[in-house]
Amino acid sequence: MEFAELIKTPRVDGVVLHRPFMPTVEGTLCLTGHHLILSSRQDNTEELWLLHSNIDYIEKRFVGSLGTIIVKCKDLRIIQLDIPGMEECLNIASSIEALSTLDSVSLMYPFFYRPMFEVVEDGWNMFLPEEAFKEIETLTDEWRLSSVNKDFGVCPTYPQLVAVPKAVDDDTLRKVATFRHGGRFPVLSYYHKKNGMVMMRAGQPLTGTNGRRCKEDEKLINATLRPGKRGYIIDTRAINVAQQAKARGGGFEQEASYPQWRRIHKAIERYNILQESLIKLVEACNDQSQSMDRWLSKLEASNWQTHVKEIVTTACLAAQCIDREGASVLVHGTEGTDSTLQVTSLAQIILDPCCRTMRGFQSLVEREWLQAGHPFQQRCAQSAYSNSKARLEAPVFLLFLDCVWQVLRQFPCSFQFNEHFLVLLFEHAYASQFGTFLGNNAAERLKLKLPQKTVSLWSWVNRPQEMERFLNPLYEPNNLVIWPSVAPQSLLLWEGVFLRWNRSSKCLDEAYDEMVHIIEYNKELQSKVNALRRQLAQLETGDGLLETP
Amino acid sequence: MEHIRTPKVEQVKLLDRFSNRSTTGTLHLTATHLIFVESGTSSSSAQEVWILHHHISSVEKLSLTTSGCPLLIQCRNFRVVHFVVPRERDCHDLYSSLLRLLRPVSFDELYAFSYNPKQNDQQREEGWQLIDLSAEFERMGVPCDQWHWTDVNREYKVCDSYPRDLYVPVAASKPIIVGSSKFRSKGRFPALTYFYQEKKAAVCRCSQPLSGFSARCLEDEHMLQAISKANPNSRYIYVMDTRPKLNALANRAAGKGYENEDNYSNIRFQFVGIENIHVMRASLQKLLEVVGARALSVTDYLLGLESSGWLRHIKAIVDAAIFLSKAVTAEGASVLVHCSDGWDRTAQVCSLGALLMDPYYRTLKGFMVLIEKDWISFGHKFADRCDQLDGDPKEVSPIFTQFLDCVWQLSEQFPQAFQFSEWFLIQIHEHVHSCQFGNFLCNSQRQREELQLREKTYSLWSFLLSEQHNYENPLYSAALAERNPVLEPSTQPCHFKFWTNMYHQYDRTMHPRQSLLKHLLAVRESSCALEKTAHELEAKLQKLGVSMPSLGLGSAHRPRPQSLILGTPHGHKEEDGEQEGEGLPARSDGERTVEGSSATENSYAELQGPFGAKAEPHLVSLEFGVARMTC
Repeated sequence: MEFAELIKTPRVDGVVLHRPFMPTVEGTLCLTGHHLILSSRQDNTEELWLLHSNIDYIEKRFVGSLGTIIVKCKDLRIIQLDIPGMEECLNIASSIEALSTLDSVSLMYPFFYRPMFEVVEDGWNMFLPEEAFKEIETLTDEWRLSSVNKDFGVCPTYPQLVAVPKAVDDDTLRKVATFRHGGRFPVLSYYHKKNGMVMMRAGQPLTGTNGRRCKEDEKLINATLRPGKRGYIIDTRAINVAQQAKARGGGFEQEASYPQWRRIHKAIERYNILQESLIKLVEACNDQSQSMDRWLSKLEASNWQTHVKEIVTTACLAAQCIDREGASVLVHGTEGTDSTLQVTSLAQIILDPCCRTMRGFQSLVEREWLQAGHPFQQRCAQSAYSNSKARLEAPVFLLFLDCVWQVLRQFPCSFQFNEHFLVLLFEHAYASQFGTFLGNNAAERLKLKLPQKTVSLWSWVNRPQEMERFLNPLYEPNNLVIWPSVAPQSLLLWEGVFLRWNRSSKCLDEAYDEMVHIIEYNKELQSKVNALRRQLAQLETGDGLLETP
Repeated sequence: MEHIRTPKVEQVKLLDRFSNRSTTGTLHLTATHLIFVESGTSSSSAQEVWILHHHISSVEKLSLTTSGCPLLIQCRNFRVVHFVVPRERDCHDLYSSLLRLLRPVSFDELYAFSYNPKQNDQQREEGWQLIDLSAEFERMGVPCDQWHWTDVNREYKVCDSYPRDLYVPVAASKPIIVGSSKFRSKGRFPALTYFYQEKKAAVCRCSQPLSGFSARCLEDEHMLQAISKANPNSRYIYVMDTRPKLNALANRAAGKGYENEDNYSNIRFQFVGIENIHVMRASLQKLLEVVGARALSVTDYLLGLESSGWLRHIKAIVDAAIFLSKAVTAEGASVLVHCSDGWDRTAQVCSLGALLMDPYYRTLKGFMVLIEKDWISFGHKFADRCDQLDGDPKEVSPIFTQFLDCVWQLSEQFPQAFQFSEWFLIQIHEHVHSCQFGNFLCNSQRQREELQLREKTYSLWSFLLSEQHNYENPLYSAALAERNPVLEPSTQPCHFKFWTNMYHQYDRTMHPRQSLLKHLLAVRESSCALEKTAHELEAKLQKLGVSMPSLGLGSAHRPRPQSLILGTPHGHKEEDGEQEGEGLPARSDGERTVEGSSATENSYAELQGPFGAKAEPHLVSLEFGVARMTC
């Protein structure tokens, strides 16, 4: 098997592992095709299993014949391995480097992973577009599911089935696709039950410098408006960025051609800038020897919190247009695969209580990220420690999760899932034994035969024994729209991700357990009291029956 | 009251600080409060704003606008209200009345002397007896063979800002004490404030020595020697000068300064670098300016946070307290803490250090004792620092607020270590400035006795204890404190945070829309009621001859006995709670429900204004009759 060639030294004894806030472990280091394993070979001691694909960057150091490898992971953890013997150390390092940067997707671990659990409900079939659309069909007959993209010919990054206005036929869709970036014609993203308003998303219109028009495009998006009503177009780029896009054939909707639409520009940064921001933020968080002033200025310079604020604000704006203004909304940026999805998915969290449930949130990730063609494989190829000049990598999804966390923190009783679930999604988007986040779009996933060859993350996470860890004990369903505060004072640094490895979580974990305990205890008391009442009632009526004859 | 020119003004607008919303209502001016009552809505839902005159730190009349005369009122509890009074004359009357009312000239004008909570004399007396500092020293194990009580300051003659009862090393005779006090600024000689029984290590406090460039004092050297000798476990004592070195050097020119290591045997001298009251005052002012800005950007917020230096100062205080705690608990060394006068930074460091070392101070009662000991009795100048009377604005400084902030930072790192929640800290902060209770009035014990506060005013502590259940931290674990008595917080800058709930306590739009704390308190309360019901039902069933074992709760979910507050049900008042079921109490208040939040409050974008009026006018086409589209 080909991995064997990459593994020059499969085993080294006497390796010492250092992890922050944990005791050091001495043991045997083993390299397999997909894992770095360190085991002390004693009972009751934890083993380290690290997926190669989780390794972002490694550093080597030598003191005499003792080598040290510092492993920096995509989940932002940093561990240190002291390896006796220079040759062993060099071999291990080069093997890790090779194994963590495999080119071929089909060599990735999900293709080799066999679940140790029984798949009760196959995650690959849980959130099919036709299922999601069924609910909308019960509410309105103005939309239909089109299979115009059956062979991915109209839009390579869309799924095979997309929801479009019923009044628009497939031929029109094909024409519109030629007028939108990447063929991403406007499709339905969200239907607001309360007032029938909708949110659509698309790629930018290809107006170019000479202001090209497309009647079919105008017809399509106007078909979503009620008579006499107007809508909003939220362009996730600053106006000057959108203007510049014209020179490259892109552009934005001109008022003259779209008189029923009011366009709003919001500046959400593009992916390469986000990647730099992440690198700076993580660097700031890991700098142990700094003063308060340095920390705050580095945090500021990373701009991360600004991005969070921008995205939450734009999502709230979209939600406000739909819920408060009673208007439909079209969201796009340039490609419609990054900032667009951040906005449409977060707006749904705010508007739709279903998206705040465990299952609803999974469905949202599936619908608005995976099927909507967010290029996970490109964006999550590297994380914050990589030295390679980032080109396509970007923490777009991580930023979305951060925004969800901000809302969750402000509404701690309104979400069925907890922070751990968001952290889990972050980890698995970057490195996973599951196939869910492999590939860049539906077409690639089909080609890779992921549903047949890999296990879905959802199959695992929805097993009751796993799900328990991710449920929010405070959850109480409410049907309201939740409007978060976007003041900088209300948006915190997501410690659960960014400070996760440089603090001891013991106190916080214990406090969380105590919270769970308080709530569980209350529930048990409740059922105990109910049982006692029933018993008493039975006895009393029983006595009554005995007495009457 | 003679200072009130206009007791009532109608049609006053109250502007929201961070959005464009406003409420119209009537403004009432009473002897103690400024009250705004919203008009036009049913009396039950009308918004009411009560502002105690003592809470007002400044009143500003802004320039006249078309809708009236704006009056900007800033409060010490970080409330900022912006009224618009329709007529200028009314506004001026209000303004001048307030100016007079918020600057009382004598103590008997303070609210505490008129406040009457309908308690009899005995109850009031009991309230004052709640905290007994000699009992507290007994708890620490003092007096003992090395430390004893001294009556040297019985008449406040040696030091008029110290309490009467003081504890000193047995070896320090009266002449030594008196001699030492003459060599210390304001006579504040080294006295015991905390005794770490386990290692026999003491924390003493004093003011700076009057050493100038070369002066010595044998009695003072003896005094330190006596402190050192009283601790058999360590050959040396630490002397912590909590000031930056530069400040201490500058003081030498004024005949003050710091201990010369050559003159004192076996001391380890250490500067800590906490800034003085003026720097702290400016820092808070800058901080409030920054966070008070409308439509604040993240960049301006973080840079403002940095340039205000507030978190840097907070970290410096925590760092100093950690140094103190480590010296005492890890090295077993005694420590002498001072700054200039020994009543600001010294109070911060001693009290926070003790809080780290001793879990007792992390309980509700213990925290009161700590404040009573290190702040009130040792003469932190609350009257001057909190501007209780019309005084020198240069004496005002948020020293005590910083202490509370530090405690909050610790409670964030150790969510189970404190019996009280941040609401307790915020409530104490409220009353430090309200002058409603006698505890924090005046600058020293001596002044308090002269004013007979114990006879004429009430104690805050009994009031707080009477509503203790509101201030409890549901996650508190006494067992945890037993296992790890000494807190070792992280001092990485990233673990220090801006305390939104303190500095924005009245800016509801910035709070989390659902309060975790409130929710957990409600759940716990419900559990207590359920426990009671369960017992009653079990008793009834037993009477009917049913044995109970099958219904017992799994042992895993029994209230954990180690956790004091969880284990013991409190005496709950609501006997009628039984009838309406023991589920969670109905939540009608705005904080728990999410309706309290609204899209318009948050101003995500200027959708409210006429279309195109903002940002990008050139983008709005003329044929678009947009102005009518707004809601």
